[in-house]
Amino acid sequence: MMGERLLMKGSEALAEAAIRAGAQIFFGYPITPQNETPEYFSRRMPELGRKYVQAESEVASINMVYGAAATGTRVITTSSSPGISLMQEGFSYIGNSNVPCVVVNVMRGGPGLGNIAPAQGDYFQATKGGGHGDYHSIVLAPHTVQEQCDLMYDAFELAEKYRIMVVVLSDGLLGQMMEPVEFKDWVDVSKLKTPDWAIVGKGDRPRNLISSFELDPEGLEKMNLALQEKYKKIAENETRYELYMMDDAEYALTGFGTVARIMKTTVKMLREKGIKAGLIRPITVWPFPYKVYEDFADKVKFFFDVEMNEGQMLEDVKLGVNGKKPVLYYGRLGGVVPTAEEIYKQFRLHLGGC
Amino acid sequence: MKLIYKAPETFTKKPTTYCPGCTHGIAHRLIAELLEEMDLVKKAVIVWPVGCSVFGYDFIDTDATVAAHGRACAMATGIKRAHPESFVITYQGDGDLASIGMAETVHAAARGELITTIFINNGNFGMTGGQMAPTTLIGQVTTTSPYGRKPEVNGFPIHVAEMLATLDGPAYIARASLDSPQHINQAKNFIRKAFKAQLLGLGYSLVELVSTCPTNWKMTPVEALERVRKEVLPVFPIGEFRVVKGVE
Repeated sequence: MMGERLLMKGSEALAEAAIRAGAQIFFGYPITPQNETPEYFSRRMPELGRKYVQAESEVASINMVYGAAATGTRVITTSSSPGISLMQEGFSYIGNSNVPCVVVNVMRGGPGLGNIAPAQGDYFQATKGGGHGDYHSIVLAPHTVQEQCDLMYDAFELAEKYRIMVVVLSDGLLGQMMEPVEFKDWVDVSKLKTPDWAIVGKGDRPRNLISSFELDPEGLEKMNLALQEKYKKIAENETRYELYMMDDAEYALTGFGTVARIMKTTVKMLREKGIKAGLIRPITVWPFPYKVYEDFADKVKFFFDVEMNEGQMLEDVKLGVNGKKPVLYYGRLGGVVPTAEEIYKQFRLHLGGC
Repeated sequence: MKLIYKAPETFTKKPTTYCPGCTHGIAHRLIAELLEEMDLVKKAVIVWPVGCSVFGYDFIDTDATVAAHGRACAMATGIKRAHPESFVITYQGDGDLASIGMAETVHAAARGELITTIFINNGNFGMTGGQMAPTTLIGQVTTTSPYGRKPEVNGFPIHVAEMLATLDGPAYIARASLDSPQHINQAKNFIRKAFKAQLLGLGYSLVELVSTCPTNWKMTPVEALERVRKEVLPVFPIGEFRVVKGVE
């Protein structure tokens, strides 16, 4: 039903988008602020003849995802920061087993139990591994409910294209806010085929093995190098970002997800004052769009990075800029969401006063 | 000359990596024989564990995977729910199943997942060098209970079969022993029923197999079998603990 525009809560919209994108089975465990997502799946999946299982823990749910993914089924789980921490073991195994799945992290304030307010403190965990070993997942960072829904389709496609886990890095704000949303066409799940590598019983072919295990160091190094090759290919082909008013920008603001959305307002405020500001917004935070920062380092006077954490993406921004221009930073912690005015003021401080 | 016994076709030609006298080989054989007899080889997916039998896929030729330590029942749940036509087995040791994976095991059983668990109880962590397991007997010396397992320090052995039999989800729960030909035949019979429980969609099934670990027990294979009879079976008695209608 293309063209259908609905007012939906982010956490429910993402579930509906995942379903339309072909999610055949959901495993999960409740955690605030994303409970509406599993609740929505629990109602909607049986309605469509698909499956929903509430696991006994996040540890179990990611391993259920791992099992379903190994059968080549479109599988998804959603959780929030402390729950995602529990899943890290599974992420690492999934990484080295080359099975596709989608994981949504609706980030909340941390560390530890933290709170249930929107935050971005899981950037390192999502983009640099989190679990053990040299692995990556593709990490998509939406900044609106609409984009969150659109990326759900991409998430499944990328997962299957590269046989990799795709993380949709959302936060409590995108989960809890209501916005009008338009869904893309339904994926016809009846046309999804069991891939030839899946473990579903060998039938008449030679058996399949899905494993992250290799005792021989040289054999394991080979597995690792094959993973790195895959990551290289993904970095070359799938890096995404949005440039907002960057054409003539003298100052580059940057941030991801919720903060980037707020910063668009800041950019407008600055433009109204005649300050030529723009925004670089990474959509894939892994692979990170280093090159765009490198390119703009020749054009802008400085970069201003804002995050709802203590400068986690800042490290990647600095890698991209590579010392060519100053990279300034402002962040809020603990689930505090900065306002556009606040970011505006902070930016003006760097310009030498309001 | 009439052939009366041979290796199952489903065995690969690869020599097993188990210590002399270890009963993993017998357990593997029973599984392979039953998969063949019940025509399940083509639809079988075996979830191998972390531990000595991590290489199980090298010995039994079915589709397979290796779960993270303790997570076999969760992974098997994912496989079976996503693809109900598959015949799903988890093969787990006592550290894997009763220690780190207890939650996944109990909940898979409680949900009545249509999977079958073969549970190797040899009273210690074999692969990592013989540390204490949840099934280690009181007084038993291991590398992490060097003064013998003491209840006041280490708690008591867990009786997995009896405990799971209290749940409503399992269709079949039994404990067998691999110490003698009679007991091995009984074990095969129990595993057949466990497979049947899955095939008929009756619920979760588990067969606990009292096994040996001569290397870590620091015994000869014969002494290890004698220990099973004298010391282990009195604490972990063999028998069927839960048989729902239709399995028998």
